[in-house]
Amino acid sequence: MKKFFQVKIPYLIILIIGVTFNAISAEKVEYLKTDWSFKGLFGKFDRGSLQRGYQVYTEVCSSCHSMKYVSYRNLAEKGGPEFTQEQAKAIAASFEVTDGPNEDGEMFTRPGKLSDKFVMPYENVKAAQAANGGAYPPDMSVLVKARGGGANYIYSLLQGYEDPPAGMILDDGVYYNKYMYGNKIKMANQLSDGLVEYSDGTKATVEQMSKDVTTFLMWTAEPHLEARHQMGFKVIVYLIILTVLVYFSMKRIWSRIETEV
Amino acid sequence: MSEKKTNRRDFLFTATYAVGAVGIGAAVWPMIDQMNPDASVKALASTEVDVSSLNPGKTITVLWRGKPVFIRRRTQEEIAEAKSVKMEELKDPEKDEDRAKNPEWLVMLGVCTHLGCVPLNDKGDYNGWFCPCHGSHYDTSGRIRKGPAPTNMEVPKYEFLNSNTIKIG
Amino acid sequence: MSDHEYTPKSKFGKWFNDRLPLLSLASHLTDYPTPKNLNYWWTFGGILTFCLITQIVTGLTLAMHYIAHADMAFESVEHIMRDVNYGWLIRYIHSNGASMFFLAVYIHIFRSLFYGSYKSPREIIWIIGIIIYLLMMAAAFMGYVLPWGQMSFWGATVITNLFSAIPLVGEGIVTWLWGGYSVDNPTLTRFFTLHYLIPFLILGLVVLHIWALHVPGNNNPVGIDIKKPSKDTVPFHPYIVIKDGFALLMFMIVFAFFIFYTPNILGHADNYIEADPLVTPAHIVPEWYLLPFYAILRSVPDKLLGVVAMLSAILILAALPWLDTSKIRSAVFRPLYKQFYWILVADVLILGYVGAMPAEGLYLLIARIATAYYFLHFLVVLPVLGLKEKTLPVPLSITESVLGGSTNLAVAKNKESLNN
Repeated sequence: MKKFFQVKIPYLIILIIGVTFNAISAEKVEYLKTDWSFKGLFGKFDRGSLQRGYQVYTEVCSSCHSMKYVSYRNLAEKGGPEFTQEQAKAIAASFEVTDGPNEDGEMFTRPGKLSDKFVMPYENVKAAQAANGGAYPPDMSVLVKARGGGANYIYSLLQGYEDPPAGMILDDGVYYNKYMYGNKIKMANQLSDGLVEYSDGTKATVEQMSKDVTTFLMWTAEPHLEARHQMGFKVIVYLIILTVLVYFSMKRIWSRIETEV
Repeated sequence: MSEKKTNRRDFLFTATYAVGAVGIGAAVWPMIDQMNPDASVKALASTEVDVSSLNPGKTITVLWRGKPVFIRRRTQEEIAEAKSVKMEELKDPEKDEDRAKNPEWLVMLGVCTHLGCVPLNDKGDYNGWFCPCHGSHYDTSGRIRKGPAPTNMEVPKYEFLNSNTIKIG
Repeated sequence: MSDHEYTPKSKFGKWFNDRLPLLSLASHLTDYPTPKNLNYWWTFGGILTFCLITQIVTGLTLAMHYIAHADMAFESVEHIMRDVNYGWLIRYIHSNGASMFFLAVYIHIFRSLFYGSYKSPREIIWIIGIIIYLLMMAAAFMGYVLPWGQMSFWGATVITNLFSAIPLVGEGIVTWLWGGYSVDNPTLTRFFTLHYLIPFLILGLVVLHIWALHVPGNNNPVGIDIKKPSKDTVPFHPYIVIKDGFALLMFMIVFAFFIFYTPNILGHADNYIEADPLVTPAHIVPEWYLLPFYAILRSVPDKLLGVVAMLSAILILAALPWLDTSKIRSAVFRPLYKQFYWILVADVLILGYVGAMPAEGLYLLIARIATAYYFLHFLVVLPVLGLKEKTLPVPLSITESVLGGSTNLAVAKNKESLNN
């Protein structure tokens, strides 16, 4: 067995180097950190945080940022915010969805259904750009996965607004953010203490809202994260058991040879 | 090699095979299940249809879950004809009352139960539907009367939201 | 192929086997005499077969849901990730599977380099292997384009533009590859078609690779020719099967860890942004397994020569059986070659590292030195070493090296691994 581990060491080194290539190529800024409940082998989402995060997204972000790959039905699905079916239906119905064409060939609006995707704030990218000084507010469905720093980056960015350092001149509609790539961002600071009112009594500080909405965005980017973690643990335990069985079978089979030699 | 040793070896190999087989089975399942209807397909539950402009004796066809649904506003003669049929005459006995809760309205999947073609309206020997593929005749209640189809045309789950709107599914 | 004639026991078996000798083939495969001193580095052939089959099976299932259209590709991938039953699992297996495939193939190649498995009479096996490796790179590159994210789009743009380095016809070739004046929908659909085709070509070549292997039989850590079957060999089944199986399971544990716990770490975040022909990402980095060649490309200041250098770096491997002039196969008995071997490993890792860094300043200098050394190793070190090196005495048979209490440490180690 000792020899076995020796053999595997160079293999692990190569693996680690492979992994670090990507880690190195990521940004080097120190992001703010918090205790994400979804990290780790058994990581799960905090339902309360997801529901609050949904509230922040709807009341604040969604006026500019679309979320076109997420459906209202997802809100009631296992592993998500887990709103009840009725709550999710009510949420969907509170949005006006364009449907059609009807028999007369015209588009019409109706209350949203569970099967509808999240309603978009703008009809298309061009409209979104026109309304936001040329900058397209990115779709938020997979935003966490689309940024090198992941959840920590989004969390930090939301709290990273500061006065620009002396000497830096910012154009109109450009803001200073210490976590943004190049430090210049076209989104103004959106969060302020008490901006939303949480129904569960949680105090809506900027930090709390940042954490909640980032958790929510993590879920929209990885809706099956919980199932993945749970399955992963089972698969790895299974593989270890089978490996041990195969190891002993192998020893037994090879023992036939040793006696012959 | 002693007998006891052989047994232990057999147990080890059997256990290894068994655990391995379980794993292969578990690994194959996702590859099979991915072909089942996905979450977005399952979510497309219902279709609402406005039937206010439909006159007696007319049928409209709407799409529900990718299949045609016939909605027919039946005339009094058609209803009477459907109700008068004796159960013994039917291949798949079903009362008209059970198929059309509100006798004026017949809602059913427009799919021939033989091999899935769409039957034609107002055709066939029983004043109902006729399937052109293999010649199945359905009556004014959509029941199979003649031809190779084994069962009546299926009635989906539906309800009247109000007097003008039917919700299918 | 077979060393002994096989006759099926049953009458039907004999009847069938006379017409299609499948049973003879199966018998050949199970009885195939394999050197008994193979260490764990030899298990990667089996692991690679597993990787190929995994990629084909998951790829086929993904293709049932994927839509190869510039407007819908990104969305269809999200559909797979969100709605398709186990879609997320299948896609993560496929995307991480590509990385695991390359990890295994690099180990397999470097095992060959260490033990001289490319030398006579195994040149054809080696060259088929190089072709498989090239096809793997093509398949991986085109597969990375399919999600139609930012890295997909710009990776495709950069790599296809390599062909524009060809004098006179370059521009025409690039336009032809694209099917337009930029990477766009026609490019995506043809890449999908080829991405679907190539794995089956690889599968065919793998059959040839194994066929060619079964003619001379496996090389082994001692690197000597052995009699088959003999005391030096064991039948493939069950001895090698169970050992390969054990190694495969170890490999699968690592694989599973990536799939379930860090499924996106080997990819680039920018590929979760839908392709935008108007915005290039801050820095374009290929997947990790292509980085050494990317570094070679960038270390040459001339466009055409850079492309030539990159291609030569791969193709030079095909000439390896003739560049290495040593009569001794295994590095175990070549003390000097062993040192140069590890320098080459380090050199390739350094190339990989600088390939991920911006091509400027110190990184560029390191890349140039490492590139020069890479070619030096194959073109100068190997030919000269084979003629000048003083090698250690080689045992006459595996059994002798195992039992003879060889003073050579490495041989003793092989004995140990056998005892596992």
